[in-house]
Amino acid sequence: MKLHEYQAKGVFADAGLPVPESRLASTVDEAVAAADEIGYPVAVKAQVQVGGRGKAGGIELVESETEARDAAAAILGMDLKGLHVDRVLVESAVDFVDELYAGVTMDRAKGDPVAMVSTEGGVDIEAVAAENPDAIAREHVDPDSGLQPYQARRTVFEAGVDREVATDVARVLTTLYDLWAERDATEIEVNPVMVTADGDVVCADAVMNVDDDALFRQSELAAMEEEAAGDDLEAKANEYGFDYVRLSGNVGIIGNGAGLVMTTLDLVDHFGGTPANFLDIGGGAKAERVTNALDMVFADENVDSVVFNIFGGITRGDEVAKGINEALAQFDEIPKPVVVRLAGTNATEGMEILNTDLVTVEETLESAVERAVEYTEGDR
Amino acid sequence: MSILVDDDTRVVVQGITGGEGQFHTEQMMAYGTNVVAGAVPGRGGQEVDGVPVYDTVEQAAREEDANASVIFVPPAFAADAVLEALDSPVDLAVAITEGIPQQDMAKVYARLEASDTDLIGPNCPGIITPGEAKLGILPGNIFAEGDVGLVSRSGTLTYQVVDNLTQRGIGQTTAIGIGGDPIIGTDFVDTLAYFEDDPDTKAVAMCGEIGGQDEEEAAAFIGDHMDTPVAGFIAGRTAPPGKRMGHAGAIVSGGGGTGTAESKIQALDDAGVPVGDTPNEVADHIESFL
Repeated sequence: MKLHEYQAKGVFADAGLPVPESRLASTVDEAVAAADEIGYPVAVKAQVQVGGRGKAGGIELVESETEARDAAAAILGMDLKGLHVDRVLVESAVDFVDELYAGVTMDRAKGDPVAMVSTEGGVDIEAVAAENPDAIAREHVDPDSGLQPYQARRTVFEAGVDREVATDVARVLTTLYDLWAERDATEIEVNPVMVTADGDVVCADAVMNVDDDALFRQSELAAMEEEAAGDDLEAKANEYGFDYVRLSGNVGIIGNGAGLVMTTLDLVDHFGGTPANFLDIGGGAKAERVTNALDMVFADENVDSVVFNIFGGITRGDEVAKGINEALAQFDEIPKPVVVRLAGTNATEGMEILNTDLVTVEETLESAVERAVEYTEGDR
Repeated sequence: MSILVDDDTRVVVQGITGGEGQFHTEQMMAYGTNVVAGAVPGRGGQEVDGVPVYDTVEQAAREEDANASVIFVPPAFAADAVLEALDSPVDLAVAITEGIPQQDMAKVYARLEASDTDLIGPNCPGIITPGEAKLGILPGNIFAEGDVGLVSRSGTLTYQVVDNLTQRGIGQTTAIGIGGDPIIGTDFVDTLAYFEDDPDTKAVAMCGEIGGQDEEEAAAFIGDHMDTPVAGFIAGRTAPPGKRMGHAGAIVSGGGGTGTAESKIQALDDAGVPVGDTPNEVADHIESFL
């Protein structure tokens, strides 16, 4: 779960991190009132979860009420990289002399958290990591004892941060680490950490991703989860509890197990088609879940055919067949051709139940995908 | 021969009284696995399908000589269950549970480095030595005894490749699902090293997927240390960046684009490992090795 900037800044402020004064606004009038209250100059920032908001026109720096009104009117309602902007954060603009980077993430290969500092703040840090990895100082942390103050100082000095602000930046880093640990974050970063002419340190942006698997013990953060903006189908998948990713092609894909479903997508591409989605019904799915999955894929207007590929371990072929029959029984005419391949646990029982008048059955993964791709070509 | 599990493996099932634990205990025993004990706090003295239950893993290991554990414990308590297994101690712990918080796993990982126990998983289907023992949820009937080792991050993709092999009459020494989470115990390199040392494993099939750098490290290991031929498969060639594809670990990072299928395929290719475009092509490569 990814927090919005305003939510992450709220969490940061509660933890005692220095963040600029700000207000959330969803109308132009609210935005102007907020700007007047905070005092100019202010930044008007679109609250959508995409990178590169500034370059895309989602952040404006304004000096007056007129400019604030124009900026809010332009940003509210705009489409930013496919996402609708319905709120802006109006924030006191920081007059900075330097921009740093500070963050904490999980190093998957080493299985431990890593705290990072760089003087190359304010730009895409992944690009810095790729082009000039030495510009980022890293400290691996023992998760049982946490980031010690001396380790934070070591990281800050190694990164080459000015001595005048080093202690404050180190304090930001230890606070970020503590938040990361206490709030089950998978990633937390401030880019940029701004340094003012007076030597103050301010967290000007805030990124915080929280482990979905830990939301059961992070009720305050879980309550911040908002309906997925933009895509109705992804929101629906969330409701059904499916792992679902919508793509731009026309072959609908349903399967069990992440690796096998990814493989099915790849095979669609291999046979000259384009996948419309990733949909994993998970392990041990019962008939109702199978029905929901088919309904979801049928609801995608881009889909011209569907491939249903199951290799049963804990998923049973008879349950899958029952679910497919139930889903198709709702229609007088099957909306899109469905190709089914069942293997593994109770596949034989499933094949006996499956209404083969309504679907095409294939023996192998490859032949099933090939057939589904053929069906999309037939439509054109 | 085989790696990690065989006829002599004596299994304790943590969480044996739960729905999943009980069902798969029956399945494991039906396959011929020596399930000698269960461990569930507060349920000591009970029996499940004739298997004695103990309150702690340590008691189970002591009283029944258990040397391996399979963990079917809900995510909120699973990391603690793994730590209990490491401390008991058993030689092998297999964590089936999906959805363990990452920070819990980071703490487990820190202990694992100092432990003699091998951890497989979490979020994995387990391990099977055909004809001898299975620890986990893999469907035993698709496997056959033979001389190919198999290691995979995904459960059902393992079944697909095994099926492609078995259908051609190619059996397996041992098959391992190492798990789809970002932080796992035994990884590709560990497993490949075991297969390399197993005289009966004549070839290895390795199924990776997008996310992380494990496949790249495996490719380097194969190039530097392995004589046993390896064929590969990488799932997720068509996955868009920044989207988690089912597994918590299966994600290509946004800006820098690390963890891509291209990078993994290239690394394997550089190490002389043929990578199949389809699971069936992996079986073709394996067949050509034998």
